Amino acid sequence: MIKIARLFLALVLVFLYLPIVVMAAMGFNASPLYALPFDFTTHWYQELAGNGRLIEAGWNSIWLAVLTSVIATALGTLAALALWRRTFRGRSILRILLLPPIAIPWLITGTAMLVFFFWTGIGRGLHAMLIGHVALAIPYVVLVVGTGLQTLRADLEEAAMSLGSTPIHAFFRVTLPLLLPSIVGAALFAFAVSLDQFVISYFLSVPGMTTLPVEIYSAIRKGFTPEINAISTILLVASMIVILGFARFARPGGIGERS
Amino acid sequence: MPPEAGVAGLPAARRRMPPWVATAALLLPSYAWLTLAVLLPLAAMFAFSFLHATPLGNKPVVWTLEQYRAFYDQPYLLGVAWASLSIGLWTTGICAVVGFAAALALVRATAGRARETLLILVLLPFWTNGLVRVFSWTMVIREGGFLDTFVRWFWPSAPSLGFLYTTPAIVLGLVHGYLPYMVLTCYIALLSIDEAVIEAAQSLGARWWTVLFKILVPLAAPGLVTGAILIFVPVIGAFMEPRILGGRVGVTMGTVIEDQFTQAFNWPLGSALAFTMLAVVLAVFATFSGVLRRSAAT
Repeated sequence: MIKIARLFLALVLVFLYLPIVVMAAMGFNASPLYALPFDFTTHWYQELAGNGRLIEAGWNSIWLAVLTSVIATALGTLAALALWRRTFRGRSILRILLLPPIAIPWLITGTAMLVFFFWTGIGRGLHAMLIGHVALAIPYVVLVVGTGLQTLRADLEEAAMSLGSTPIHAFFRVTLPLLLPSIVGAALFAFAVSLDQFVISYFLSVPGMTTLPVEIYSAIRKGFTPEINAISTILLVASMIVILGFARFARPGGIGERS
Repeated sequence: MPPEAGVAGLPAARRRMPPWVATAALLLPSYAWLTLAVLLPLAAMFAFSFLHATPLGNKPVVWTLEQYRAFYDQPYLLGVAWASLSIGLWTTGICAVVGFAAALALVRATAGRARETLLILVLLPFWTNGLVRVFSWTMVIREGGFLDTFVRWFWPSAPSLGFLYTTPAIVLGLVHGYLPYMVLTCYIALLSIDEAVIEAAQSLGARWWTVLFKILVPLAAPGLVTGAILIFVPVIGAFMEPRILGGRVGVTMGTVIEDQFTQAFNWPLGSALAFTMLAVVLAVFATFSGVLRRSAAT
């Protein structure tokens, strides 16, 4: 029974990783029509280096993810401090209000942003994407930092203050350092949310102001080339590294904690 | 923002200002942002769904309910809705069976560091770009793709098994995308089951299927339901997967709504369809939140 279970797990992992591995391998195959036998080349990566459009979209994605991460982490951490360290009326409603960006299909959120930003004159482009990405990332930051705060004892801060520390001093010398792993984890998570975001970027992009996923999508719709495999592989590896970093800093949702 | 911001209910802070000021200052930036970027847009879209036409140029604004009659006026939409629904149900169902089994295997057949590593391996693809993962399936299931090559190693004259641009291809891509959700929610639910319950059943002579269907599945039901909601809701709104994996057959509510905004520029109709879908989503949440609360209470 145990052996069957382990075999099944192995099959699930093959199912999850096989297409990704095939896709990545094809980026190193010489044939532009993905024909086998496999013939190793870095030609498509060199081609990529000369593709100004994709490079520009790549930089847009990175800058957008950095800004999203910084803004969402700053705002979300403050909100988490209020939602988990203070009691006030309406707290549970405010916590529920974090759900719409996570729970409503992105198609609906994205088109709603398109309509509203058009109507108010905010328009489309990278600034509109930044507004959207930060809104998507804030709830995740609040939840990750909030989970961190829950495991952090409030009395440490009170102890520091009863020993004569000022509230600001206590926050910066006691709470913040202890909370730092959660905050770094939340920042990495926000970075990944933005880097991988496609739907909202798609609706808010204008030609010449796109992100990598949007460019990849329009390239796929025009026809497959191994160059798309190359850029997709880079994006995939980048987000895997960021997410493993997140798992290292903030152990999400008690995964593996109880084992 | 006052620097006292981070401090909870302290005498020093209280002397200088009432505590609600600091609370509000902590919350205001996030919630103002969410209001501007999510809540107001949704409200605006709701208003748009009652318009006769997209208010471009000097067209007069005419309020109407006609957009919500779309399913009646354009019967082909019923077929599209049914296609989306069945894609959603198939995806959710397959994820439930495979995800539950995988979570069970994780909990019962692995332990310690190996289990932790395996869980991370299962969850890792979920946080990578969905678009890239959908694209990667086209490499496998296209005619002459990896699947065909693999089969022809053993049977050189095999007919092509490629099924890109079919409905099963869409379901496959969606299952691949959302399976990790189900594994995670079932894993958490299964972990909390008391080992003694299973041992008691076994010592009383229960066979494995009795244990599975009378103990494990009912006790892990909240995990199954949560996973099902987390999968069904985004899947019925999917448009990128049907477009890439479904080609011409990939017409779903998601792609119809997308078309209204990017091709047809019929924003009121797109808004009305989006809100109809949102109503379905909320109905799903409302139905199952009751089930979840009941199972949490017992």
